[in-house]
Amino acid sequence: MELGGMQSERTRLAAAGARATVAASLSNRPRRDVVLNNAFAALLLLAVLIALAGLVALLAQAFVKGAPALGTDLFTDVPSTLRPESAGFRPAILGSLELIAGVILFVVPIGIGSAIYLEEYADNTRWWNRMIEVNIQNLAAVPSIIYGILGLGFIVRGPLDLGFVLVAGSLTLALLVLPMVIIAAREAIRAVPDSIRQGALALGATRWQTIRRQVLPASVPGIATGVILAISRALGEAAPLLLVGATVFVTFDPTPFGDGFSAMPVQIFQYATRPQEEFQALAFAGVIVMLGVLLAMNSFAIWLRNRYEQRW
Amino acid sequence: MRPQLQAPGPRYGEKVIQGLLAFCALLSVLTTTAIVIALIEPTIDFFGVVPIDEFLTGTEWSPQFEPASFGVLPIVAGTLNVALWAMLFAVPIGLGVAIYLSEFASPRVRSTMKPVLEILAGIPTVAIGIFAITFGLPHVIQPLWPGDFLGGVEKPFIALAASFGIGLMVAPIIASISDDAMSAVPGGLREGAYAMGASKMKVATKVIFPAAISGIVASIVLAISRTVGETMIVLLAAGSTPNLTFLPNEAIQTMTAYIAVVATGDLSTASLDYKSVFAVGTVLFLMTLAMNLLSIRLVRKYREVYE
Repeated sequence: MELGGMQSERTRLAAAGARATVAASLSNRPRRDVVLNNAFAALLLLAVLIALAGLVALLAQAFVKGAPALGTDLFTDVPSTLRPESAGFRPAILGSLELIAGVILFVVPIGIGSAIYLEEYADNTRWWNRMIEVNIQNLAAVPSIIYGILGLGFIVRGPLDLGFVLVAGSLTLALLVLPMVIIAAREAIRAVPDSIRQGALALGATRWQTIRRQVLPASVPGIATGVILAISRALGEAAPLLLVGATVFVTFDPTPFGDGFSAMPVQIFQYATRPQEEFQALAFAGVIVMLGVLLAMNSFAIWLRNRYEQRW
Repeated sequence: MRPQLQAPGPRYGEKVIQGLLAFCALLSVLTTTAIVIALIEPTIDFFGVVPIDEFLTGTEWSPQFEPASFGVLPIVAGTLNVALWAMLFAVPIGLGVAIYLSEFASPRVRSTMKPVLEILAGIPTVAIGIFAITFGLPHVIQPLWPGDFLGGVEKPFIALAASFGIGLMVAPIIASISDDAMSAVPGGLREGAYAMGASKMKVATKVIFPAAISGIVASIVLAISRTVGETMIVLLAAGSTPNLTFLPNEAIQTMTAYIAVVATGDLSTASLDYKSVFAVGTVLFLMTLAMNLLSIRLVRKYREVYE
């Protein structure tokens, strides 16, 4: 009885001692460590706040400076060098729409076709398939102005010799965003599990039937997201268009093969380089219009991705 | 009865489709070939007139003057000048955001911040350029500039204004790719470190950061490549004065800005100015190619280790 009491006392003390040691080594970290940790977290938060502040300031400034020039006549008026009050974006908006239509026609079939080939057919141990892959990754990071040079030297002049027409601009932009579409479509196709393919093949479907009826439908949301993001990139690009003839002073509605065309970002750039306050306001109004369209497109793409993202 | 395992006959339709798809994939190789062809022919013509060593080592870039001088160093320096100061701003912010998102933020914060970063990365560069010169320079750079340091910031266009805009453009790229790399580090490493009683900061800086280093370096290399190739921001904010300097408060011209300014005019294809565009383009293409290949290698390395 006595012995048992002593033992329980010793156990209690030992347990308390161990608990204290563990607590001291874990929760009661050295003070310096805690302070450093909090300072580090504060620094990280500061970085996040600076990035957010940049975004907010950019949007706010565009709205404040562009508001006076904002109105429906932006969409109907043609550019002017003399009278900013009656200048607008009509040819530029139409030009951008036509450019984008061309980009979609080109980029959707070819981008998806390349992605299917690389994911479903290509044998990755072959050097030429690996070369195509590295090549696409590099193309995705080639400066846009280099695509402008390609357009100038190969499409406007040189082998294709189309001249400074809207279709040349469309082709240039399409080549620029093609790698983006391929990379996004490949990721979407890769995410479809192999069991789906094997199931279809086991039931007697051919390779193409499997892709056409099973793999592609399952990867549509991912591909669509990639295409929308690529289009919004093409919509905002100005540099390559400067080289392939997006001459800024276009007062007529552009046609695919007619000489001279304009686009939203190029027109905004042109207004922004004028010293007068009124033209600056016009540039900001253009930025608001373009950001509105792009934000809507990007939000839709992100929503699409999150909504239809399938976990297999 | 033996089961019939052979296909009933060759399916030519399947072969045709495979051929068409392969052609689509080949088109991207043709694009690269076309870029090289488009660049190389006028470049060779150009070096027929201007000796290549004069081009690469000359310190005076004045194609419009008589006699014209084609020393590419001032506009290469302009490009590097902008890139240097932009990285000084974008790398800490991008990495800070990445570490915060991957190690400190709650899943909810992370899933809202990621799309915001994507939106920031998707803003057209012409909009960022206008913002940099009308807001960044007068309301951020000039108030923060230490007085008369280096002669003050009086010029209407300076390299630092372009760096500000480009930093804003590439910080989300660094943040997003580095966050992906750090999130790909296996949870076991993290849990092991926490079990030893390490603080969040120790885990982030001593365990996760080194484990993800190749992806982080890849994101920075890619960001530099983007910076070097950026046109509209430098065109709007950095001026168009070829200037062999690395000072942030000077007006400069970059390679991209030169190409954009000269090639916009209706030049005759036979003129030396026209050909100089392609020679500068070749330098730019080779610089970004080297960086892109390095970045692709590094990304592949971390994918191999952890995925």
